[in-house]
Amino acid sequence: MSLINDFSPGLFIIQAIILLVLIFLLGKFAWKPILNSLNEREEGIQDALDAAENAKKELENLQADNERILNEARAERDTLLKEAREMKANILAKAEEEASSQTEKMIKQAQEAIVAEKKAAIADLKNQVAGLSVEIAEKVVKNELADKDKQLALVASLLKDATLN
Amino acid sequence: MGAQSLAKIFATVVLTVSSIAAIASTGKVENPIQHDTHADHHGGHHGHAESKHDGGHHAAASHGGEVDTKEEINAYQNHHLADSHDFGLFSYGNEDRHHVGFPLPVIVWTSKGLRTFSSSKFHHNDDGHAVVEEDGVNLVKIHSKIYELDGGAHTVNFDADHHPKNAHKVLDFSITKSVVGMLVAGLLLLLGFGALAKGYKKGPIPTGAGRFLEPLVLFVRDEIARPNIGEKKYKRFMPFLLTVFFFIWVLNLLGLTPLGFNVTGQIAVTVCLALFTFFITTFSGNKDYWKHIFWMPGVPIPMKIALMPIEILGMFTKPFSLLIRLFANITAGHAVVMGLIAVAYTARNVLGVPGAFGVSFALTLFISLIELLVAFLQAFIFTMLSSLFIGMAVEEHDHH
Repeated sequence: MSLINDFSPGLFIIQAIILLVLIFLLGKFAWKPILNSLNEREEGIQDALDAAENAKKELENLQADNERILNEARAERDTLLKEAREMKANILAKAEEEASSQTEKMIKQAQEAIVAEKKAAIADLKNQVAGLSVEIAEKVVKNELADKDKQLALVASLLKDATLN
Repeated sequence: MGAQSLAKIFATVVLTVSSIAAIASTGKVENPIQHDTHADHHGGHHGHAESKHDGGHHAAASHGGEVDTKEEINAYQNHHLADSHDFGLFSYGNEDRHHVGFPLPVIVWTSKGLRTFSSSKFHHNDDGHAVVEEDGVNLVKIHSKIYELDGGAHTVNFDADHHPKNAHKVLDFSITKSVVGMLVAGLLLLLGFGALAKGYKKGPIPTGAGRFLEPLVLFVRDEIARPNIGEKKYKRFMPFLLTVFFFIWVLNLLGLTPLGFNVTGQIAVTVCLALFTFFITTFSGNKDYWKHIFWMPGVPIPMKIALMPIEILGMFTKPFSLLIRLFANITAGHAVVMGLIAVAYTARNVLGVPGAFGVSFALTLFISLIELLVAFLQAFIFTMLSSLFIGMAVEEHDHH
């Protein structure tokens, strides 16, 4: 076959030169900027995806935080309520206690006062009765002593009763 | 690969069919005797083919330029598969053949230095009859090759094998049709991808033709370079791989246009492309690569010695397979297309003119579609294998 015969050294050299020039020119003005742009774009897309992923994660974190804070707040509210309830019960109990003790004290004082008043009243009454008695006695005595005959009769009756034994 | 072998099988079938048709019609051609005597006279395989060509031209001259017989068609095909010194578009006329096209500059390095002239000086003669005298050097063109006549001779003497006896080849730097094809392809690449590169300055998303070109660049990067060379090292080889891929593809596609380029079917072109791959592979080979060639690790010493010549041979057979594959596929494709177009002429005695034309048209259309696929496939395979070889050369073998 005439394959070797068909080989044209001149064409080979021209082709080599054209190819070299083409690789150089295309490399400089086409492939390099194209591949760089493609890389940049791909990196940009990757970055954007990463950023979106990060944002999603952050949002999830934030939501988790919110949930946690909400739970904490709820727990705090519950404890606060509980404390308040306890406090109320305490206060009520204390107040009740205090009130009852106060009442007791007052009752006691009242009773004491009543007793004292009673005593004083009795003493006064005694005094008045004594005076009255004396007065009555005085009047009776005066009255009795005014009738001499009667006195003598009495004495006679008394003497009669008083048998000398 | 599947489609490629399918295409080859189909091509073989079609060729057989067309040659049967051609043989069937030879009996009825106008002047077969003349060619037969010609062929017998020269004898020998090579001479046979060449003489057919020659005979075809004689016949074309004597019968008014019609290409009718199998021999003429063969000659016509061979002529159009070869590189050409002028850019012929078509020719017409029976008595006085008119060629439409334009001449290209001939630049040759002769024994007396550089000579440049227009290819129109050969007057479309391709069998050494038109002698161009250029500043003391006599030049002729025989089968698209330019010869310098020795010692001031004015006619070419042919030997029995139809080789010129008194002339030698000159170093031919002419702007041939193939060179024009390469320049056109290069220009197309520069314009197309230059525009794509500029497009990125406006925004990250290309517009217009860039939308079509960008995925192709991405294809070469992500499907060819990255998986074969490796993530770390592929960047260095991208300019070569991208240039070669698109260069071959555009040239293959140009070859399918009616302009009739056959650039990637020129052995010199594929040799050059394959040599680039060879040199890149050889010069970027790391320690492991050379170790695997000269002293294969992990095998016994006798095996190491036995493997060494095989591996050294492998260094050369790899690019050699590249150049043969591309050359043969494209040349075969062109030959099949031309053969099928020729069915319109060779089968007209069997099928009638409309039948022959219809068959030819249908088959040519079909094979052209396959050639469209082959055009891409060959560019892809060349680039793919190049990157595979480069990948083997730069691979890190950390498992040894």
